[in-house]
Amino acid sequence: MIRSLFSGDLPRSKVLVALLIIIFAGLVLTPFLFPGAKALNVAAKICIFITLVASFDLLLGYTGIVSFAHTMFFGIGAYGVAIALSNRPPTWGTVFLGVCAALVASLLLSLLIGLFSLRVKAMFYAMITLAVATAFQTLASQLSEFTGGEDGLTFKVPELISPSFSLREAPFLGVNLDGRVIAFYLLLVVTVVLFLVMLRIVNSPFGRVLQAIRENAFRAEALGYRTVIYRTGSSVLSALFATLAGCLLALWLRYNGPDTSLSFEIMLYILLMVVIGGMGTLYGSVVGATLFIFVQNYLQDLLKVANVGLVKVPVLRDVVHPDRWLLWLGFLFVLSAAKFPFGIVGKLRLGALKRS
Amino acid sequence: MTVLSPTSPALEPLPEVRIDKIPMLLLPVLALVALPLVHSFSTWVTLTFAGLAMGMIIFIIASGLTLVFGLMDVLNFGHGVFITLGAFIATSVMGRLAPWVESESLARNLAAVIPAMLAGMAVTGLVGLAFERLVIKPVYGQPLRQIMTTMGGMIVGIELIKAVWGGQSIPLLLPAAMRGSLLFGDAAVEKYRIIAVGVGLLVFGVMLWVLSRTKVGLLIRVGVQDREMVESLGYRIGRLFIGVFVTGSALAGLGGVMWGLYQQSVTPEMGSEVNVLLFIVIIIGGLGSVGGCFIGSLLVGLVANYAGFVAPKVALFSNIILMVAVLLWRPQGLYPVVKR
Repeated sequence: MIRSLFSGDLPRSKVLVALLIIIFAGLVLTPFLFPGAKALNVAAKICIFITLVASFDLLLGYTGIVSFAHTMFFGIGAYGVAIALSNRPPTWGTVFLGVCAALVASLLLSLLIGLFSLRVKAMFYAMITLAVATAFQTLASQLSEFTGGEDGLTFKVPELISPSFSLREAPFLGVNLDGRVIAFYLLLVVTVVLFLVMLRIVNSPFGRVLQAIRENAFRAEALGYRTVIYRTGSSVLSALFATLAGCLLALWLRYNGPDTSLSFEIMLYILLMVVIGGMGTLYGSVVGATLFIFVQNYLQDLLKVANVGLVKVPVLRDVVHPDRWLLWLGFLFVLSAAKFPFGIVGKLRLGALKRS
Repeated sequence: MTVLSPTSPALEPLPEVRIDKIPMLLLPVLALVALPLVHSFSTWVTLTFAGLAMGMIIFIIASGLTLVFGLMDVLNFGHGVFITLGAFIATSVMGRLAPWVESESLARNLAAVIPAMLAGMAVTGLVGLAFERLVIKPVYGQPLRQIMTTMGGMIVGIELIKAVWGGQSIPLLLPAAMRGSLLFGDAAVEKYRIIAVGVGLLVFGVMLWVLSRTKVGLLIRVGVQDREMVESLGYRIGRLFIGVFVTGSALAGLGGVMWGLYQQSVTPEMGSEVNVLLFIVIIIGGLGSVGGCFIGSLLVGLVANYAGFVAPKVALFSNIILMVAVLLWRPQGLYPVVKR
């Protein structure tokens, strides 16, 4: 039963299993264990980024394509929901409409980019997607009457998940079940479902062909697989999942602007999460996203403590400054990319393999 | 049976090197097409000079990037960090020399700017050496991981720059004698733009001379064409590559100083903002071609300035439109390097 739920691709390492259980339990119990808006927000961000990072891993880790246009699809999803909800009454029908419109837009755009430019080498593709994504970001901030420009869009969400809604009068286990908590659990369920669907995809025959292309594209072609078709398929699928992650982000934040979903910074963050967690394994995206979001939100507090102790040491003081949290993740990223290509999960699995 | 008469190869003259002139014509053609669109001749002169100055600075930055790619298939996604570093070094050096910067005499101004440029180049060159050893060497020949390590190198570099100079933007004032403009009839041309064009031409000239008249240049050109052949003749292309990488980093530092002076302020993000522009330029020029990079940079600079005046909304996308147009005409760039 569990085997088929995870599509036969189990974590294969006891430490990893423990880690995943802790992450999952932590997410499920967040509203009960850690009261306060910040903890819930961090947990929701982790869910959204798990979906987004897993979809990028489909492209980078499984097919071996480096694209810098992934946040573009994330942004399309977020803008789809945002534009729909700010122009029409906040019902689930409107949300559905926005999601569908965003999915269609992403499908067409990714198909177009894929068919035109996936024939070229990896470097070239990376550069072209970078240019396209930059142009798209400019476009989104220029079409102000449509997208709200730099200010973005603030909108109302369906009543069930809006903050003013309350499921029952009395608190349940000390927690007030308001719309935010319901929205969070909705987010969590969608994330789990999307993750399992992606796990199914990468372990299907289609997924095997993608991995064959990653290992040796020439050989895959010689065996009779049309690599361009498979590559395009992979980039379309990953674009669609990224779009869904964007929809979730917009529903959670009740706001969307160029900086929250389209910025190049987010693209770099996704890249860091995939590589640190482990490319070519979807569990890596869970570990990577959780670690990164956690560090982003809480390492600053830790560094503040270290910083107080080091006020008198000139260079070290600036390097462990609370604002420099990205520096440490950057180090970890370069180290992972250069020395441990399969990241944390790869390391854990290798350790488990050696012991057995 | 007929015997083919052996022809002595020594008697035949070597085939002349044919230079493809069509891409060179693009620049004057573009300038002439823009003239009726701009309407006023004096504005056109101002815009053309602005475009040329911007193009020259981009060329100084991008030339190292394209050569490094041509020689070793290494595309440094972190090239932008050298731009930022050079510019920040300049703020420190010129901050120390503030009285000379404010002085009205050109000689004293130069005594402030030239040390800033040299210091910027020296530091970025050294950092480039470390960057190559630590970030690029472990992943030679693995394009996928190379993209990631160089990106990561840029993140770390920019964070370190923020740790040293702080995260805010720092003003970088032009020396007093270089401010203001010169008048040619009705057309006002900023003095600094003329200087930028001069420095750009100087760098291009020196680079062409090194590439075409010295032995090192010969090896670099041959290395771009056929790396294995150079290695089999006994030359250590690895060392040549490090030399080119360090020079390219130093040039990016110089470009950063000039870009900072052009913008009058320096931010930690300035390098990564220019990155996209650099890729567009080297794709337009043909990866690995210095001449193509020169023409590509000037095209980008001119188009950005003309479009900014004629149709400001379009200007935001002018680079992408230019790249698509060039690639539709020549999919490998203006000057395709033979082996690719």
